[in-house]
Parts: sequence; structure tokens; C-alpha cells
Amino acid sequence: MTTRIDTRFAELKKQGRSAFVTFVMAGDPDPATSLEIIKALPKAGADVIELGMPFTDPMADGPSIQAAGLRALRAGMTLKKTLELVRGFRKDDDATPIVLMGYYNPIYIYGVGKFLADAKTAGVDGLIIVDLPPEEDNELCLPAMKAGLNFIRLATPTTDDKRLPAVLANTSGFVYYVAITGITGAAAADATAVSEAVARIKRHTKLPVCVGFGIRTPENARAIASYANGAVVGTALVDALKNSLDAEGRATGKTVNAVAELTASLAQGVRGAQQAAE
Amino acid sequence: MTKAKPNSYRSGPDERGHFGIFGGRFVAETLMPLILDLEKAYNAAKADPAFQAEMNGYLKNYVGRPSPLYFAERLTEHLGGAKIYLKREELNHTGSHKVNNVLGQIMLARRMGKKRIIAETGAGQHGVATATLCARFGLECVVYMGAVDVERQQPNVIRMEMLGAKVFPVQSGTRTLKDAMNEALRDWVTNVHNTFYCIGTVAGPHPYPTLVRDFQSIIGNETKAQLQEVEGRLPDSLVACIGGGSNAMGLFHPFLDDSSVEIFGVEAAGHGLTQLHAASIAGGRPGVLHGNRTYLLMNEDGQIQDAHSISAGLDYPGIGPEHSWLHEIGRVNYLSATDDEALAAFQLLSRLEGIIPALEPAHAIAKVMELAPKRPRDHLMVVNLSGRGDKDVPQVGDILRGKSK
Repeated sequence: MTTRIDTRFAELKKQGRSAFVTFVMAGDPDPATSLEIIKALPKAGADVIELGMPFTDPMADGPSIQAAGLRALRAGMTLKKTLELVRGFRKDDDATPIVLMGYYNPIYIYGVGKFLADAKTAGVDGLIIVDLPPEEDNELCLPAMKAGLNFIRLATPTTDDKRLPAVLANTSGFVYYVAITGITGAAAADATAVSEAVARIKRHTKLPVCVGFGIRTPENARAIASYANGAVVGTALVDALKNSLDAEGRATGKTVNAVAELTASLAQGVRGAQQAAE
Repeated sequence: MTKAKPNSYRSGPDERGHFGIFGGRFVAETLMPLILDLEKAYNAAKADPAFQAEMNGYLKNYVGRPSPLYFAERLTEHLGGAKIYLKREELNHTGSHKVNNVLGQIMLARRMGKKRIIAETGAGQHGVATATLCARFGLECVVYMGAVDVERQQPNVIRMEMLGAKVFPVQSGTRTLKDAMNEALRDWVTNVHNTFYCIGTVAGPHPYPTLVRDFQSIIGNETKAQLQEVEGRLPDSLVACIGGGSNAMGLFHPFLDDSSVEIFGVEAAGHGLTQLHAASIAGGRPGVLHGNRTYLLMNEDGQIQDAHSISAGLDYPGIGPEHSWLHEIGRVNYLSATDDEALAAFQLLSRLEGIIPALEPAHAIAKVMELAPKRPRDHLMVVNLSGRGDKDVPQVGDILRGKSK
């Protein structure tokens, strides 16, 4: 079966360019503004949207994304409302892939079977679940594949050649290479090491490889996009959003634009890169 | 529970780290290779007589084991029922049972060539034990502690710093033990190449719940031998407090297959089970956090809820996965004691036995006060006195003075 993710990467390959993947937190700073933000992302140049599912205890995230999750939860965000957000987005956009990213517990509590059915109906294309390594594939990965959703795995600098086949085995959509050992929002990765890692992963899979963690500027994004199939930016966008809020952490008239403008400039960076030869 | 009983309660976990549906390895990919290495290193160490011999040497001469099994005569008389023995883990070097596990993990870290040790701590007892052994073996030590706990357990913060550890007050979330664990995991993900995460309780991803249990089982093994010596038989019941549950698991595990032994775990009921508390089994349900599936306090959306206990060491919204399994299978009875009950027990033990307990085992004593009077005088009840109360003296002093005003 072909998902919107597969279709999007096939189109980009034809155009000879890499994907710009944006991460924002669902419901940050409130559900209504969040919907406006994700609607604005494709127009500003986002090719794929990663939507964070807020969680109280995000153990792989740095302070910016932790705070974004807490803002969303305080605004009443739930997993059910995250799916409603996707449904709202899909009313106007049936092409841009949406990947939900987060932690397993809210899904486990929602109920895996019901979640997968509801997510598929809402228009979700893939899942990235940080705390589900291949050792726990029975939990969600295999049921998700059966339900027609891509399960996108994280590969990291500690994923060596011996382990890589296990990580890639049930991965679909794309592979997300975590450029650093660390949490989101940490320092940028060493470009040479990342390009070598991407080349190494590509020797093991035909799937597109996107790179995230530590990309903040159009220059970073351009550099990554010159050898990877996509560059993911999260913390920088979340920071731009946060900086647009009022003293009480509420959205202002500038909030949607702040995210859209940074998205546009980062997208320029990605589009400026020459797609690496496959 | 009407589930079929297993042949043994002591054979878990399976090769994937599961106790029934509980346990597992729910961690970020970055950590997975290291967790697999740790499992290998632990299995190799277990099979190496030199490892056990070296550990036994430190347990005897550095920790001060075996810890005494003490007949609490005046407490027994006062309660007028079961004969109560205290397993004196508070007499260990560093003042609690935590050192048993830390010694084992630090020796594993040394075998794995890791030079930097990180730990989370609630009451500070695990942090102090880790700082102590890092000092002893010349290792760098970083301890994550919730800012709220830094405030209420000052004596332990000062001790850790004197021992050369760096203590990071964690400002995220509820600023208690769960947030300290999040922050320790974030550090580990970042410094995975040179860092060993010394987890303080029987929780976290496999193999931690197993290896912490194994290192703590010395408590139950000694108890068995000591009671045999003085009474010539098994105990009739065991009581221990539970936050994550390592002192309890250490006492319980060697007795799980002795079906005549009643076993009671005591969670922290805080202000009461209908209000803020830290009793994951009484007030929670199975979920996934910090690397394992276990009973957790959470809302209907799967968001983790704030725990509350007067005792920083029990102030955690989860419990070790093996406890969750022992609860579901019905082998262990999980009870709970409130802040006020623990405070009363803290004072009673201090006055009757001249032993100031930590607030954590004061929860166990609180339930002994209910259980012992209902049992005959020939009933042998062993309580794990898992830590001493020095660290709690300022906090309890303030509370009691406030109350008497």
C-alpha cells in the first residue's frame, strides 16, 4: 500500500530535491492556534509535518519541546484532540503527509487498536514513537503496519551496522536519523559524521533517510539536504512560536506568522541544496 | 485473582524482561545498544565467582553486612500481638539498603569500563550511596534530584557534595523523583558513550529491575538464615515500604516460593487515597514510563499524574514491574499508609526502640501497627527497616513543632 509519505518522497525525487520536515507540538499554545499553524506550514514550504503528541514526561526532549508539551496540556490537549487537529487539517489538505511523534503511554491508554483505526480515519500517515525500539515491535509497530500506517524508526549514532538491520526491518515511510546522541534542541552535529552515517544507512535500505536533531538555520538545513532525503527542524520552530507568545504564554497576533516565516526561510535553505545522487 | 498459579514466583523475568505483561525495554534507540551490553555484562558477572567474591568482601568490610535482625521487644509488647523483628538495613554504611545495589552496579560499571556515573535520587539515600561508592572507586558522579526534594532533604544534598558528587536540582515537571529520572535519562542519552546509569530501584528498562532485585536479595537471604538461627523457622509475614520497591523486593524475593509466608508491601497514601498520594497499585493502572510497563498514576489521557508523599523516597507515580506482577498474581498484598500514619509510626519507633527510622520505612511500621495486634504471639513478623531517619529530622521537627503550636 502507498501512503501520502511514499507519494510525497516519490514526487520530491522526481523534482530532484530533499524534503523539509517540520515538527510542531499539537495544541501548542492552544488547539485553535495550533490548527492555524499546521495549516500554514505547507504554504510556507513544509513537505512533511511531524506533529508532537504532548506527554508529561518526554524523556528524549530538551527544555523547548518539554515546555511546548506542557503548554499544550495546560490548554487542554489530549490525544483525542490531536486526532481532531489532523482531521481539521485534512479538510483543506489531502496531500501533505502527517506523522505523529511522541511517547507510547498515551497511545497505550487510548487503546492500540482504537488509536490506529481513529488515526487512519483522521488522516494520519505515520508514527514515530520514541520509546518503542524494535525489541517492542509487537506493541504498536506491527499492528500499525497492518492498519496501513508507516512506522518510522529512529536510527542513532549508537545504532551500529550489526543492529541496523533490526532497526530497519519493520520501518516504512522513511528512516529518521538522529544526528546526535542527545535530546532535542541540543548542539548541532558534526556534518562529516552525519553524512557518513546517512551513507551507511543508505547501504542498508532503499527508504528515504531524513536527518533531525540540531538543525536550526537555513544553512544547517541546506547542508543536511545536500546528502539526506530530508531535513527535520523542530526546536527552532517551537522556540519561534514561544517567542511570539504574551507574558502569560498565550498566542498573539504574531504567533502563526512567526512559525510560518521561519518555516519559509528554512524551506529556502532545503530547496537551495542539490539532491544527492541516489 | 483467579489466575493459575505459576510453579515458581522466582523464575521471572523472561528473556525479553517481562514479568507477565509488566517490564520490557521501552527506551529510545540511542540507549538500546547499551542496555543490551549491560545485560551481557551482568550475565557474565553473575557467572564469574571472582565478581561475587569481590563484592562479598566490600559488603562485609565496607558496608558492614550482615545487617542485624533485631527483635523489637518493646514494640512487640506495645502492640500485643505478633513477635516483631526489624531487619536493620539502616545500619549499613550510608544509612540505608540502597548501598547493596549501588555496590553491585558500580562494580558492573567498572567491568564495563565506564568512568562516569549518573543517578536519580528522591530522598537522597540512593544519591548518597552512589556518591559514596564513586568516591571509593574514583569515579565521576552526577546526581539528579528534584528541586523540591533538594529542599526537603538538605542533609543528604550536603553529604553528596562532600563526597565529591555534583547534584543537579531538577526544575522540570513536579520537581520530584520522576522528573529526576527523566533528567537522568536525558543525560544518559547524551553521554551514552562514557556513562553508566546507576538506577536506584527495581524499575526502568530490562535488565535493571532484575539486577537491582538480585543485588538487594541479600536482605531476604540474610533474614532467612538469621531467623532460622534464632527461631528455627521461616517468618510468618514480611512487611516493607514501597516507592519503586527495591527494599521490599530485596526482602520478599527469597521468600516468594515459601507459601506459608504472608507478604505485605506498603505504598505511600500521602494525604489519603482519594486525594494526592503515591500509591500506584492502589490508585493507578498499567502504563508505560521510564522504560517499563507497570502500574502508574495517570489521568484518562495517559498523562502521568503528580504523586505526593511526605517521604521523598516514596514520592514516585510508579512501582517496579515485578511488584505489579506479584500484585496481579496475588502473591503479595499491597497496602498503603498515609503521611499522618507514617509520622505517628516514626515517633512510636523512636520512643519505644530508640531507633529513628527514615520516613520511608515508617510507612511499613505504620502498617505493622495495624497488622501485628491482630496476629497471635507466636506469629513471626519481619519488617525491613530500610533506612535511618537522620535525613528526616529537620523536616519532621518542623512538622511536629508546627502541629504542636
